[in-house]
Amino acid sequence: MSAADVVVVGAGPAGLGAATELRRRGVGRVVVYERELQPGGVPRHTAHLGYGARDLHRITTGPRYAAAMVRQAERAGVEIEVGRTVRSFADGTVATTGADGPATVHAGAVLLATGVRERPRAARLVPGDRPAGVLTTGALQQFTTLHHQRVGTRAVVVGAEHVSFSAVLTLAHAGCQVAAMVTPLPRHQSYAPLRLATAGRRRVPLLTGVDVVEVVGRTRVEAVVLTDGTRIACDTVVFTGDWVPDHELARAGGLPMLPHAKSPVADATGRTEQPGVFAIGNLVHPAETADLCALGGRAAALSVMDWLALHDWPTAVRPIEVRPPILWAAHTARGITLRVAEFVEGRIECRVGDEVLHRTKHRLWTPNRAIHLPLAANASTRILLSPVERLQ
Amino acid sequence: MAASDAVPSHSPGDNPPTAEPFDVVVVGGGVVGCAVARLLSHHQLSVALVEARDDVGAGTSKANTAILHTGFDAVPGSVEARLVARGYQLLRAYAPTAGISVEETGAVLVAWDDEQAATLPKLAVKAEANGYAHAEVIDAAAVHALEPHLGDGITGGMIVPGEHLIDPWSTPIAFATEAVANGCHLLTGFQVVGATAGAETTTLTAADGRSVCTHHVVNAAGLHGDTLHRLLGFDGFTVRPRRGELIVFDKLARPLLGRTILPVPTSHTKGVLVAPTVFGNIMLGPTADDIDDKGATGSTRIGVDGLLQKGRRILPALLHEEVTAVYAGLRAATEHSDYQLSAQREARYVCLGGIRSTGLTAAMALAEEALALLAEAGCTAMPKAADEVHGIRMTPLGEGRERPYQRGGTVVCHCERVTAQELEIALTSSVPATDLDGLRRRTRALAGRCQGFYCSAEVCAHAAAVTGRPMSDWMGVQ
Repeated sequence: MSAADVVVVGAGPAGLGAATELRRRGVGRVVVYERELQPGGVPRHTAHLGYGARDLHRITTGPRYAAAMVRQAERAGVEIEVGRTVRSFADGTVATTGADGPATVHAGAVLLATGVRERPRAARLVPGDRPAGVLTTGALQQFTTLHHQRVGTRAVVVGAEHVSFSAVLTLAHAGCQVAAMVTPLPRHQSYAPLRLATAGRRRVPLLTGVDVVEVVGRTRVEAVVLTDGTRIACDTVVFTGDWVPDHELARAGGLPMLPHAKSPVADATGRTEQPGVFAIGNLVHPAETADLCALGGRAAALSVMDWLALHDWPTAVRPIEVRPPILWAAHTARGITLRVAEFVEGRIECRVGDEVLHRTKHRLWTPNRAIHLPLAANASTRILLSPVERLQ
Repeated sequence: MAASDAVPSHSPGDNPPTAEPFDVVVVGGGVVGCAVARLLSHHQLSVALVEARDDVGAGTSKANTAILHTGFDAVPGSVEARLVARGYQLLRAYAPTAGISVEETGAVLVAWDDEQAATLPKLAVKAEANGYAHAEVIDAAAVHALEPHLGDGITGGMIVPGEHLIDPWSTPIAFATEAVANGCHLLTGFQVVGATAGAETTTLTAADGRSVCTHHVVNAAGLHGDTLHRLLGFDGFTVRPRRGELIVFDKLARPLLGRTILPVPTSHTKGVLVAPTVFGNIMLGPTADDIDDKGATGSTRIGVDGLLQKGRRILPALLHEEVTAVYAGLRAATEHSDYQLSAQREARYVCLGGIRSTGLTAAMALAEEALALLAEAGCTAMPKAADEVHGIRMTPLGEGRERPYQRGGTVVCHCERVTAQELEIALTSSVPATDLDGLRRRTRALAGRCQGFYCSAEVCAHAAAVTGRPMSDWMGVQ
């Protein structure tokens, strides 16, 4: 069995961010296992601007961002092994398989950075036929960016969060007209400028308060049917957002999961319930932008080094308790990130016991969008997030 | 999925040799037709298998509950009961030799009220009448002890230890591959639209103008069996599709269940069951709706919601897991409760009609039955010498054994851990995948929880590279 100081699972922004920082701070052998044949993660196929603001301090495209992250890691002496699937981790032993067969490596610390995926059509229980032409943004962008394929001529985009507008942009670049964006919520959930720059200037109708309830078409998509009975002719449907962590490895390894988010419970530096096992990036908070994932990875590096040097671990890593309409909340390097279930106005309060740690201003909270509370909170304590003076 | 090296080169969809009529043409490349073609190919006969779609096993056979039934609950004395019991033994023996995954998990039939509990002893008697001696009525506590995650309100149960899980995708493909290895001509995309009977031969013509001439015809056309039956001049049954919707849950749900959970059956349907699959998922279904459209394989809101409601009662924790797939299959139900089997000597014709959900289990027995009926219809067949019959072995798709990626390989589909080499084998075998659905059934690629988020582009790119067909073809872009 070979040995590494740190094994990182997943060469996306979080994994590469952590690995690079560990090497820069002098950790000996840092190995990143990536199951894909190219490192870089999701930004690799998101061919538009919007990456790098908070970590690289410049705005670039997804593929350029991914390449920069890989370059940084390699320069720092991180070993990135692609085409290698991690099957399990237990007691510091990581089992993998790759082209040359199975292998095990002993790791001083294990960082899980396996990322997120969008809930596909079946997981959303959208009934109907099962024709070709039903995609997620992830699949869409791989077809167009990595393989230069046309996906169809007329699409309906399901969802109206940040990534949904990314899908609109990708479709436009691929020569596919967008017939409509559809969201069951009363408004879109992204930033107004992003909407304007993507769907707005292309006059894509945004249909709110309705959802896709049926896919029609026996071989190729012919139409979708909406809640109100409207039928929209299209040959492509893109299901966007509605993130779910790719948590198979974490669950198989016995890590407890946060309800609803379905992400492993971890503190602000990624420490989980199991000493020496860290969970970082969008596996923990589905989903944040790539730069925040990378910064989270960097922040975890310090905690990893503490563990390697001192074998010190918190006595408990507790999930943050939430009250509706808050869906879930997780610790991040910048504080606490949370999601709400609906558009709701009011304040959010963070308590430990009777002590109020933080109370936000009164404002409108948007679902499907990251909400950050800038407060450092100890994950060993019982934290309760609840809405106060909920109006509307 | 690998065919043996013994498979001769063959291109499905080729024009058949026209000089000599075939001894037998089997119409329908579902699990029954493929099983018949396989058995006929072991005999000194020239055989063709014609299939309307571009692939075998792509209709009713791909969408079922994937259970190898003991037949304990069949109607005693029926043809179905006899053939399910026989087919169970045959397929259970054959599957391991051909690389078809089976798992003997057993089943427990669960009663949820006193009325259902009262019928359990009758079901045990029925099982005995069907020659199945291992069913045993147990109390509610014993059911919970076996399956601790089941919901509240159980009033009793009956264990059926012989029920197996089986890989329903590989079964017809294995039969067809073995048939082709033994000289059967496979004609795909051959939708029979016309039949002309002469004095000694019958000519079947396809929608695309191709035709085959044959001495004998075996009707294994499933949903379209009644159409072919009438085309050949016969009557007596009408297929009214019975749609069954199914929900497949994430593999992370698999620890919730050890064995298949059967409901107390009614005369109309076996009811909604919850079962593990050989691929490591949990399946919930099927519904049973009589419909008119033989192409209506879509799922419905009512169907899906109804299944979830039932599933919540049977296995509450299941509903917390992600859904991997929702699909529907059409069983070839008729106005008769039993299979519709017949031999017509004058017309040199054998009909295997009205085969419903038990067709997977009964397929190999139906093949034996077809052989006997062909003899009645005037086609006597001498078996080939044992050393002239080629066996085949596919790579098992189930989780019960080591999978190829564990030995090493470049994984393309990460959720199901399918390697590039497995894709290549499936695309170049003697009965190759011709579309993504065929690739999924041969390798599990794209059948996993991400439904293509991570790998659909990569899988299409591989398929395009191996076959030389453009990537857009594989993507279904018109």
